[in-house]
Amino acid sequence: MNLSNVSVKSETPSSIVDWEKIRADFPILQLRIDGNPLIYLDNAASSQMPQQVIDRLVRYQTTQHANINRAVHYLSEVATHEYQQARYTLQHFINAQEDREIIFTSGTTDSINLVMHGYGRKFIKAGDEIILTTLEHHSNIVPWQMLANEKGATIRVVPINDKGELEIEAYEALFNENTRFVGLIHVSNALGTINPIKKMIDIAHRHGVPVLIDGAQAAPHIPIDVQSLDCDFYAFSAHKLCGPTGVGILYGKAALLESMQPFKGGGDMIASVTFEKTTYNTIPHKFEAGTPPIAAAIGFAAAIDYLMSIGIEQIAAYETTLLEYATRCLNQIPGVTILGTAAEKTAVLSFTIDGVHPHDVGTILNQDGVAVRTGHHCAQPIMQRFNVPATSRASFAFYNKKSEVDALAAGIKTVQKIFL
Amino acid sequence: MHTNSLYQEVILDHNKKPRNYGKLDHASHQATGHNPLCGDRLDITLQLENDQIQSIAFQGESCAICKASASMMTAAVKGKTRMDAETLIHEFRELTTGKLDTNLPHHLGRLTVFSGIRDLPTRVKCAILPWHTLHAALNSLTNASTEADQDPVQTIVPDHS
Repeated sequence: MNLSNVSVKSETPSSIVDWEKIRADFPILQLRIDGNPLIYLDNAASSQMPQQVIDRLVRYQTTQHANINRAVHYLSEVATHEYQQARYTLQHFINAQEDREIIFTSGTTDSINLVMHGYGRKFIKAGDEIILTTLEHHSNIVPWQMLANEKGATIRVVPINDKGELEIEAYEALFNENTRFVGLIHVSNALGTINPIKKMIDIAHRHGVPVLIDGAQAAPHIPIDVQSLDCDFYAFSAHKLCGPTGVGILYGKAALLESMQPFKGGGDMIASVTFEKTTYNTIPHKFEAGTPPIAAAIGFAAAIDYLMSIGIEQIAAYETTLLEYATRCLNQIPGVTILGTAAEKTAVLSFTIDGVHPHDVGTILNQDGVAVRTGHHCAQPIMQRFNVPATSRASFAFYNKKSEVDALAAGIKTVQKIFL
Repeated sequence: MHTNSLYQEVILDHNKKPRNYGKLDHASHQATGHNPLCGDRLDITLQLENDQIQSIAFQGESCAICKASASMMTAAVKGKTRMDAETLIHEFRELTTGKLDTNLPHHLGRLTVFSGIRDLPTRVKCAILPWHTLHAALNSLTNASTEADQDPVQTIVPDHS
């Protein structure tokens, strides 16, 4: 059964969804900062949690918690069952073929490190080449640099154009007989660019090269179907999808996961242990050493259920209206420059204000209760490409509203007035 | 705290028209300060004669808080002895981390406009970077950072108490 339609589509168009009612699901949005209502525009860093997910975590901790896969007692069976249900939920969310292709990790960074250690250290040798892109988050750069240094491999980098879009012809030209791996961000956290990953995966596969997709910024905004993408690995975190911190997943094709060496050693990842020899467990358990983040994984699934009840496509359509409105508002303010003007974008607005350092922008916006991210966004190569030390970044979620965009624009004008 | 009390006229003025901005051609001491979290970067050059700071200059890329702090710092330490400068460095650190009782005697003068930064922990390092870099220059350390073992909030600046 193809579950992708079930996962991401709902019957209501976004215009009919009652977004104010959905906003009311998020208790933290009632907070006031210095007497002003909180205007939370830092969703690309971490999203907020609806009451439904909070309630699910409370229910788990108050009535279902025990360690899993171990004891025969009632609670352990309940917790094991709920944890496995969470795996099924994630499987259906990204339309993976099998549940054993879903590995719970501590988050996207952990997932990428798992692939580096499990696949990279086993299969990548001296003289091999790894392709990354200028848009990568540090979490999809540093592990591969560590591997390249250890093995004597080389990292090749796909450039971007002035809009912040990957140059696909340059990407294709990087492939040669030494290319062994591609690490590719689905959506840029710093600029919002949506990369044409399907096309890029096809190109890599024509050269027999596997592809890891960093989907941390994509999964909250774009329906993901790993079978139709045909990606080899796909990673994302719960806390950017209205779930708890400390949990994420790695999707990997079963045959690849089976060919890999373990990342962490410990309990649960073994079939048998003597001091002479350890036989490893089957996937996904081979990669889930120790007690996993059981509560967080169950909260993760509750967050996925919540998002699916709205529909990722409805969410994306609504967020696009916010992005278009915000882009219009900021473009009308003289002295404000938007970085990242790709044709395909999620609701991320990275910007600079002439003559004002982003950290001053962030501090002054905070005064009006407006939370944005300032800095290099763990993507220093992008900052270098645009020749700026840092930017301010407003990133929108489906619980944001147009009046909050207006507050951002007003805050920017206040900044300009102070620095006049 | 209300942020307006931080972005006061005197700070905005020093940000717009920084004093002692540039680089000394013949410096006896120099250091580069770096805050990797925000990319702030600052070069300090100074001429020390008979243990007295005869001239001092700074230049770099930074936020308004860091730039104004550097500008006011250079004005404050010019003509001072190394020991007096170290006392100011110590007092400024205590001020910005909320440990200085401004009712007791101190030497900071107008630099107390930075007192409000103690309520903004993420910005404390912006204000301290120039002072940390000055300390490095005076002690012939060529590099200063706001992170790890060089974190000025944790270490480095000597305690005169």
